[in-house]
Amino acid sequence: MMENQYKYPRRVISILAVNRYGVLARISNMFNRRSFNIDSITTSETMDPGIANITITVHVDEQKLKQLLLQTRRLEDVREVYELATASVQRELLLIKVRADKDNLPSLRDIAGVYKAKIIDLSPDSLVMELTGKPEKVEGFLNMMRNYEVLEMCRTGITALERGTDHIFGDEEN
Amino acid sequence: MILNGSQIFVEVLVEQGVDTLFGYPGGAVLNLYDELYRNQDRIRHIMTAHEQGASHAADGYARATGKTGVVLATSGPGATNLVTGIATAYMDNVPMVAFTGNVGTAVLGRDAFQEAYIEGITMPITKHNYTVRRVEDLADTMREAFRIAQSGRKGPVLVDIPKDITAASCEFTPKKPAEISVNTEVDAEDLARAAELINQATRPVVYFGGGVAVSEASCQALRDLIAKADMPATYTLMAAGVLNYGDRRNLGLIGMHGTYTANKAVDQADLVLAVGARFSDRVALNPEKFAAGAKIVQIDIDASEVDKNVLVDASVVGDAAVVLQALLPLVNAADHPDWFTQIAEWQAADYQPKDSETVLKPHQIIRETCEMTGPDTTYVTDVGQHQMWAAQYVLHTKPRGFLTSGGLGTMGYGYGAAIGAQVALGNGHRVIHFTGDGSFHMNLNEACTAVSYELPIITIIFNNQVLGMVRQWQTAFYGKRYSSTDPERKTDYVKLAEGFGAKGYRCETMAEFRAALAEALTNPGPSWIECRIDKDEKVLPMIPPGGTVQDITMSDDERGQV
Repeated sequence: MMENQYKYPRRVISILAVNRYGVLARISNMFNRRSFNIDSITTSETMDPGIANITITVHVDEQKLKQLLLQTRRLEDVREVYELATASVQRELLLIKVRADKDNLPSLRDIAGVYKAKIIDLSPDSLVMELTGKPEKVEGFLNMMRNYEVLEMCRTGITALERGTDHIFGDEEN
Repeated sequence: MILNGSQIFVEVLVEQGVDTLFGYPGGAVLNLYDELYRNQDRIRHIMTAHEQGASHAADGYARATGKTGVVLATSGPGATNLVTGIATAYMDNVPMVAFTGNVGTAVLGRDAFQEAYIEGITMPITKHNYTVRRVEDLADTMREAFRIAQSGRKGPVLVDIPKDITAASCEFTPKKPAEISVNTEVDAEDLARAAELINQATRPVVYFGGGVAVSEASCQALRDLIAKADMPATYTLMAAGVLNYGDRRNLGLIGMHGTYTANKAVDQADLVLAVGARFSDRVALNPEKFAAGAKIVQIDIDASEVDKNVLVDASVVGDAAVVLQALLPLVNAADHPDWFTQIAEWQAADYQPKDSETVLKPHQIIRETCEMTGPDTTYVTDVGQHQMWAAQYVLHTKPRGFLTSGGLGTMGYGYGAAIGAQVALGNGHRVIHFTGDGSFHMNLNEACTAVSYELPIITIIFNNQVLGMVRQWQTAFYGKRYSSTDPERKTDYVKLAEGFGAKGYRCETMAEFRAALAEALTNPGPSWIECRIDKDEKVLPMIPPGGTVQDITMSDDERGQV
């Protein structure tokens, strides 16, 4: 989806939560109830298997962002929640299957080359590419793919970390 | 020691200081009830007619005492019947722990008989909830549930216990209940900013809610602050009884059916200090125009309440008692004679209900009830016109003396809550249940519970034979098209009361009412007094939704006369 369809800027929210039954449901349930629309959500275990790291992308204004952070913090299972800086490391994985024949294969290879996408499956009439990168890069690549027949695609949504030594656990836990 | 899940259940309840439990048995909780049978000397179980009644009883118990209310129900329909009671408690921040049985862990998720995913169902109406999947987790989960219910902004917690967990055994180690810690840290800068705005004000108003009424310490801290800074104060439905009614600084109820004076004062104020109140749509009817000329300072225990409904100029996050006590030395002693002169003018112009010698008037019934039952009475209401009349005319001064479903507005709340309050306070204490004929029909089945346990609850039914509050809106906003508000019920309340084994009275004049109430006050069990009132009785004043005090209605036939 293209950035300009949104009224408000993209925000990436990082949440550390107790890694147990239903924690994702609790968070998404609350977002739904309070009308915070989730654009993407990714979740994984951290180095501590008892703690899950959840990255949520939303498009909201300042006031709604504040509410969203505070409402998330109220959940008993949530240990930390904050907005990642725009300068944080943000990555997304895209898998895309495109109709390909001998006529357009060279141009598809060229685009893949420019974006450093990998062709990971090739069949007589289609190919599958894998691309990892900043959300903007994925958007740019998808924009190029508009000229082709996209058969299927899948995005993981953004996963992100703060740059440098800043980390979500803060001081007291270390 | 090795105990089974049911024994652990009882031991942890006792450990947490629970001596009363409201509930209803069923298949999935048979083991728990078997253990309760063995422990009748340690825990009293009150069985209601319906799980909803039990959940409201646990709520009424909690509101009347400040202790955590506890309710137990079986799986499936037993659990879903608790939902309205849990949501009611959640909206009004009532500490409650609800226990539900569930089918065995081996068949969880397979649509077994009487299975409902109550954890998912109650997720948005609890502070937190749990399904216990291992007996080893049961004790600590229960302890955690009690801690969460009483911590910070209080509320309900649900613990779902599959049946096999109640039979399985494990090592049990008794523990003392967790200390409920109150965060005593207050941001000094926020506090200084709040004090500065208060000290600059010439037309201040305090607007406070349930967050103050919840503890005696915060009530006292509020009284001290408004006395020192000479600030008039208005309260929400959740905070009736904190201030004396003779106090010139008490402006009465705020909001849709609040006093003209309170609404006018907030509208004209240059400072509004909101304490433990959440600017709901029944108070800030138009959030953009609420206190439009005022700086707003908000004190709340929950940071997410700040700027949620109305944008404020300053805020202090913390326990109301802690913040108000910290604020007191920073606030200058003040006098606002001009402001109070203006307020007195509004008070003189405020709405006054008219007495009648011939027909029953709601305010006269309520005032007579207060007079005849004395200052220690606990009042419980249902939801609708009678609830607003009770809020307007019950002049009591006990923060825990007025139990009402404010946030969720649950019709049918009253009888269950009255049972909970009467059980909590004992039969030596007077509990009055005000209800309407609409609300009462929703849960009047709990009369059987009051009869079984010989609870002398007096129910005063304002019978206008219609759904009065909805009808009032239909009159004002829907061209008098009375869609489904005139059910033409033929209920004979006197016979129905007798059928339950309670006492019933019907009255149409104040003399009859006095006689009925005088007799009811001597009955050892529950009594119902049906008061026939006119179906066109209205709750006044009224500010329409989205309006301001400029749009207030103060008389039956005129709108916007002020």
